[in-house]
Amino acid sequence: MTRKSRRLWLVGGCLIGLGTATALTLSAFSSNIVFFMAPSQVHAHPPSADRTIRLGGMVVAGSVRQQKHGDTPTNQFDVTDGQDAVTVHYEGILPDLFREGQSVVAIGSVQADGSFRASEVLAKHDETYMPKEVAEALRRSGKWDPRYGKPPDAASWNSMTKTATSQDKAAPQHGS
Amino acid sequence: MTPELGNFALALACCLAAGQAVLPMVGAQRRDPRLMALAPALAIGQLLALLYSFACLVHSAIQDDFSVQNVAANSSVAKPLLYKITGVWGNHEGSVLLWALILGLCGGAVALFGRDLPSALRARVIAVLGGVSAGFQLFCLTTSNPFDRVWPAPMDGQGMNPLLQDPGLAFHPPILYTGYVGFAVPFAFAVAALIEGRVDASWGRWVRPWAVAAWCFLTCGIALGSWWSYYVLGWGGYWFWDPVENASLIPWLTGTALVHSAIVVEKREALKIWTVLLAIGTFSFSLSGTFLVRSGILNSVHAFANDPARGIFILGLLGLVIGGSLLLFAIRAPSLTAGGVFAPVSREGLLVLNNILLCSICAVVLTGTMYPPFMSLLFGKTISVGKPFFDATAAPMAIPLMVFMGLGPMMPWKRAQLWPVLRRLWWSGALTMLAFALMAWRVRDLLPLLAATCAVWVIAGSIADIAERIRLFRIPVGASWQRARMLPRAALGAALAHAGVGVSVLGLAAMSQAQHRIVEVHVGQTEMLAGDAWTLTDVRAAPGPNYTALIATIEVRHDGRLVTVLHPAKRTFASQNQTTTEVAIHTNLMSDLYGVLGDRHENGGETTYVLRLHYNPLAPWMWLGGLIMALGGVLSLSDRRMRVGAPRRAATAGLVATS
Repeated sequence: MTRKSRRLWLVGGCLIGLGTATALTLSAFSSNIVFFMAPSQVHAHPPSADRTIRLGGMVVAGSVRQQKHGDTPTNQFDVTDGQDAVTVHYEGILPDLFREGQSVVAIGSVQADGSFRASEVLAKHDETYMPKEVAEALRRSGKWDPRYGKPPDAASWNSMTKTATSQDKAAPQHGS
Repeated sequence: MTPELGNFALALACCLAAGQAVLPMVGAQRRDPRLMALAPALAIGQLLALLYSFACLVHSAIQDDFSVQNVAANSSVAKPLLYKITGVWGNHEGSVLLWALILGLCGGAVALFGRDLPSALRARVIAVLGGVSAGFQLFCLTTSNPFDRVWPAPMDGQGMNPLLQDPGLAFHPPILYTGYVGFAVPFAFAVAALIEGRVDASWGRWVRPWAVAAWCFLTCGIALGSWWSYYVLGWGGYWFWDPVENASLIPWLTGTALVHSAIVVEKREALKIWTVLLAIGTFSFSLSGTFLVRSGILNSVHAFANDPARGIFILGLLGLVIGGSLLLFAIRAPSLTAGGVFAPVSREGLLVLNNILLCSICAVVLTGTMYPPFMSLLFGKTISVGKPFFDATAAPMAIPLMVFMGLGPMMPWKRAQLWPVLRRLWWSGALTMLAFALMAWRVRDLLPLLAATCAVWVIAGSIADIAERIRLFRIPVGASWQRARMLPRAALGAALAHAGVGVSVLGLAAMSQAQHRIVEVHVGQTEMLAGDAWTLTDVRAAPGPNYTALIATIEVRHDGRLVTVLHPAKRTFASQNQTTTEVAIHTNLMSDLYGVLGDRHENGGETTYVLRLHYNPLAPWMWLGGLIMALGGVLSLSDRRMRVGAPRRAATAGLVATS
């Protein structure tokens, strides 16, 4: 085998490797990317039921309920970004750091009836850390500005969402 | 006083490192033996100063010196002694100091064990390590000083995140960091070789042990981290494709490629430029991994530092190290003599294939990790990619990798015929087919089935390799035993490491068949999972040193025979208002029974508990395989030919040409 054809083998091998990697990546990107949505976005543009999304926001205080389907316990709670709330159903054990009135990210899909079925629920990691995407969604909705301190406490979130539709244009609350 | 001494020692180490970066380098350029001889002395001096500095921080933590801000923020009087010590590196400042210390250890190791290197090369290698050290120590001193004082000193510290109070996590960072930082040595060798403008077979021989050593630590670190998330986080998962986990996987992939391509440099003097690039790339990925963790640009559960000043400093440091080395590579690489090109069917041909596949997997993982932050940075879109993405991309490329892994060690160098190799592997092929048929009966999913089949092929291939070398069953057993004892340890190590990959992949494939149930039960109720009867017999409260626990008792019976009694628990830490889940695991090495205690519900006078029950077949094999891989690496390190001092005896001719 000549030097040239050997080099050709080498280059061909590299191209096949990288080509496969690119093809696999692109095909996986088209089907496996998970978008983050806030509850108000879910209401405005409901994603199809086969699409997995990450839903993020604050857990509405007093909204957490447990039900039992056979032997399997189901948790139900509302997630809000201060403008809208989405009801989440989750079969399983809520994470240790899950709290009412604190931020949460739920991974799952929106059902035909508008509720959200979560396959995984992630709670924030410690007292000072809020998932970046949740903070961003809250900031965009004008309900919280990180420059003015901690997010509002559970009680105020509760009152904000109960009348969320009527208070949509309410002044942003700054400070805690 | 102790913290001030520690701070001073750190500053001293930084000055010594700066000297170490400049003086030997100048000496090597001017061929001045006195300046070059300074290199090991400075490296050892820097190491001693760093050791002293680290000891001071540990001392402050043990003594509960809450006037030190770092101790006050991360420790408390009630914390057990072990976690007071390990808590030193459980936070940003301490972990940067640990990072610097390990880099100092690497410099010291090159100074001590590299006596037989040509003096100019050794001086340059130590100088490059000194430069990187100086940068990191400056970072530690200016933006994240662990010795900063706080006034007034609080009576008690704020305590540590209870999630981090765990022996697995306590020893995980030092091992992982040693892996990350260890790749600084091959990096330094690569930069030194570029400055000298010479890469040859002996360079490959010198750089390989360091790469293998770092690779062993990184392998152990990743396995330990995965094991930790399995038994602490209580989700029953072992790998979440979290950006921080990927940050350790990426250098592992390129590091594995480096370990293999260095063999080709050593044996055939080919792939030289590529190997230099891999050495630079691996350490660059290690550094970026730290950067991603420390600056928190990737949102991740691990991000505990979120400070822009630090981010900018690290970004500058990163740009200097990575950009500088790549620039040097771009300037000098064309002047390196290109190695030979070789036949596709040969040992080196398959090693090239290994490199292509590993780097393609690495590219895929890198894309999946970096795409979401870039999308949010450039277009403001918040997206994420998770397990489905990586399963769909990395796994299909890992399967051909494993197919060729079984062939590789049997393939002769230079020019080979495929057919004789396949003929020698006939029985491992037959075994693989048998395994495939047996598993196809039970396993319906294609990917786990293929992966498990390939794993059997890899294990059988490495056994066949050793059997072939000792001519098992073709000569008398006694003679085979003699041959086995004479076998180079590097060959045994390679076979063991390959078998370890097979064991890990078998574990991963079997875990895809894991079963779990989430049930809500009252005391005394029995639930079935995977043929076992799980009965909750008791739940009681018990106090701990700095928490209160709720401990459940679950009896697991198989056909009426008691298999095990599990005690999963929930701990409530009053000082942080946090609860942690203590998973109970029973393993018999073939499967894990994994129980988690969830919420307690009171409804209508009846108390019920949520339980999560898992049956995880072959779960321990995933980490066992990692351990076997690392053991294989250690075994081949103990080979005399791999030792840095050995070339003097083994290949004098090659050495004379270079020194």
